[in-house]
Amino acid sequence: MSTDRDHGSTTAEAASTGAVAAGHAVPRMPMWQRVLRDPQAVITLGTLIVIMLLGALAPFITPYGPNQTDLHAVNAPAGTPGYPLGADESGRDILTRLLHSINTATVSALIGAATALVVGATAGLVGGYFGTRTRAVTEWMFNLVMTFPGVLLLIVLMPVTGGDYRWTMLIFGVLLSPGIYRIVRNLVVGVKNELYVDAARVSGLTDLRILGRHVFFVVRGPIIIATAFMAGSAISVQSGLAFLGVGSREIPSFGAMISSGFRNLYIAPTQFLWPSLLLGLITTSLVLLGNALRDVVEGSKPAPAKVGAGQRAEVVADAEDAAAGTPALLDIHDLAISYPDPAGKQREVVRGLSLRIERGQTVGLVGESGSGKTQTAFATLGVLPDEAVITRGSIRFEGRELIGLTDAQLRPLRGKAIAYVPQEPMSNLDPSYQVGTQLVEDVRWALGLDGPEAKRRVLALLERCGITDPERTFRAYPHEISGGMAQRVLVAGAVASRPKLLIADEPTTALDVTVQAEILDLLRDLQAELGMAILLVTHNFGVVADICDHVAVMQAGRIVEVGEVARLFAEPRHEYTRMLLGSILDEKTVRADPPLVASEEGIRP
Amino acid sequence: MLLYILRRLGAGAVLTVLVTLITFLLLSTSLDDVAATILGQSATPETIAALMADRGWDRPVAVQYAEWLVGAVQGDFGQSVYNALPVGPTVLQRLGVTLSLIVPALLITVLISVLLGVWAASRGGVADRLAQVISLIGNILPALLLAIGLVVVLAVQLSWLPATGYTAPADDVLAWMRSITMPVIVLVIGGVASMAAQVRGRMIDELRRDYVRTRRTRGASTSSIVFKHALRNAGSPALTVMSLEFIQMFGGALIIEQVFALPGYGSYAFNASMQGDVPVIMGVTVWAVLLVTAVNLATDIANGLLNPKARVH
Repeated sequence: MSTDRDHGSTTAEAASTGAVAAGHAVPRMPMWQRVLRDPQAVITLGTLIVIMLLGALAPFITPYGPNQTDLHAVNAPAGTPGYPLGADESGRDILTRLLHSINTATVSALIGAATALVVGATAGLVGGYFGTRTRAVTEWMFNLVMTFPGVLLLIVLMPVTGGDYRWTMLIFGVLLSPGIYRIVRNLVVGVKNELYVDAARVSGLTDLRILGRHVFFVVRGPIIIATAFMAGSAISVQSGLAFLGVGSREIPSFGAMISSGFRNLYIAPTQFLWPSLLLGLITTSLVLLGNALRDVVEGSKPAPAKVGAGQRAEVVADAEDAAAGTPALLDIHDLAISYPDPAGKQREVVRGLSLRIERGQTVGLVGESGSGKTQTAFATLGVLPDEAVITRGSIRFEGRELIGLTDAQLRPLRGKAIAYVPQEPMSNLDPSYQVGTQLVEDVRWALGLDGPEAKRRVLALLERCGITDPERTFRAYPHEISGGMAQRVLVAGAVASRPKLLIADEPTTALDVTVQAEILDLLRDLQAELGMAILLVTHNFGVVADICDHVAVMQAGRIVEVGEVARLFAEPRHEYTRMLLGSILDEKTVRADPPLVASEEGIRP
Repeated sequence: MLLYILRRLGAGAVLTVLVTLITFLLLSTSLDDVAATILGQSATPETIAALMADRGWDRPVAVQYAEWLVGAVQGDFGQSVYNALPVGPTVLQRLGVTLSLIVPALLITVLISVLLGVWAASRGGVADRLAQVISLIGNILPALLLAIGLVVVLAVQLSWLPATGYTAPADDVLAWMRSITMPVIVLVIGGVASMAAQVRGRMIDELRRDYVRTRRTRGASTSSIVFKHALRNAGSPALTVMSLEFIQMFGGALIIEQVFALPGYGSYAFNASMQGDVPVIMGVTVWAVLLVTAVNLATDIANGLLNPKARVH
């Protein structure tokens, strides 16, 4: 996938398959090796293993049984010979009971997590892999399980389970299973839509083998993480229920010990402390282990940045704003933008780009996906993503340096002097507001209009942008209009203020071919009418020939050739330009009416 | 819209019948134990059989369930097999106690979570790290331990609050507030831990969306972007989280109540379950299902108001 799209559009699908994508972004090293390099994972895992070993070795550590009472030792304080942590209200050794409680907790965690895994993963594989009808059934069942208060169910079913904590944990496992079901179902749907599963199916593998091989590989990471958390909740719930008194009194458990210590709070204030501390240590270790595993498997999520702080820049803008003579409308000089790669090293995607746009010019910025076109456009608008850094160069608008400005400082230009038309119309309208509400917001800012006047203005703009029923579109939500109409709406919002510069980032790429031509016509007409300059980012020379007077060809973060469209089409000087021009003849996407300027001898390399 | 609500209510009714039927089937196997418990020392196979016949427990399960259902629909949930107290009024009174904990706790949780989540997602840096530490602390502390810790510190050592007991808000609002303070704190800490993280995540996702970028290029102010646009779009999934949180809290409250000796739903359900008091268990179950159904329906309607795509016509 290209960098342009990676950073450019964060659609809902991208977010939902994010976990799948993230799994691929992490450098390949066996998972267990990466876990063993993470100190938090090692410490918590080590703690848990030591605790479990202590539990397993309980009979060898203490001379008593967990329910062995000694009337002489009733409520013995900590430090009594033979009773290092004291004894409880029945004269049972607290240390012994603690060690045996570890085993109860371990068994609870194992039963709870294993049940949830088996039930959730099976249903998730089935629901995710097979058709929508199967999924509707599994979905309904798990929603049902999820919306019922689990603890109440466990209490209510006590006459059935007879209070045996193992049965209780089995039921609790079923109650935990929706979490696993969702993880597995989402990942399976994501994997299923990826090409390699299609390839596997074409090559004749059965469904079962596909599930086993490909899906399991992707799914195991998130499942291991969830298991750590589920083990924690199983232990917490078992303790809570035992605290209430659900279950056999013969079974030593943290909950029962805390309950007994709590009753004795005034007589022996430290009794409840030991089981509480150990229970706290175990659940804390499990949560921290889960967090560490998540960081290892999924990589750390991008941290949020301050909204409105402006894009990050490592350049100090030089003060001499007013250059000699009349400054160009837009003057980008030696611009460099870098992104961190998965390993965290900075990688330049724009590498010393220079470009001038004069008033009223229409300049096409052409290049392959990933050449840095969109990043250049974003930098000019001041909306680069948080992880991008401008490492050098300057961007001047009418002589004024834009790099280093915050959103608040850029506001007087935005929506007024500089406007933007995006690539993907649907995702660029706020889905929660009517189209008209959003445009009124634009008009209010751009023109200072309010109330009915703003609405009249919006309706006029919509009509000017070729929308036949402006009133209806005004009231429509974005999901109720077509892509072409959404793009007209976005163009209307952009030109509301009669901007001096319109930056259009692939404004027609996402649209049908017929709609593409209409939008280009609209832009051309508006350009003529308003006299604005346009920076048109595109990969399509047909579009350039159609609307631009100048063109800049970009390759790998640099501009390799600039010139008037007619000249550049007629005699491309750079090897790369010749190659691009040559390739449009091979593609079938070339426009039906070849631009006149693209004369035969110019196209042939 | 009305049709939609009616359809959902119908589905809720089907669900209620299904859950209570299963519960009844499972419980009916333990009825002879209940009879033995009631009879105590005098229990012999003969006396047990006589009692079963007397109470009508020897009839087919389907008949017994149908009888219960017909009564329940008319608002008669039967009476406890042990103390003959009517189930209906007691269940509602106990539910009231538990709800008087959960509703304030949920409101406070939502308020704190939204503030914290939005603050973390839109400020980044130190604010974000602080929010994550708060979430982590809430996550690693089991509610049970937190509750006991509060009792020990605030009630036993400092004597600021009553350790146990409950006053109804109708009797004395101030005393009620004092009696629910500690349980509410416990529920809020657990709730904020999960919900603030959710709000934060949703906000981060929303703030990275295309439409936010476009709004920025149109000169929208930071507050408009954060509150008017991103929060509004994050609100719909957050509502779903809130309804799940409500159910989570309801389950958690059942245990927490016991620490503070509050006469709520939990202790009622627990005692009935310990004794196998079938009518009470049934009443507890059916009202929980009704509550869950109502909460989910309310969530969906609110979601429709917030999110035009989910709007039901």
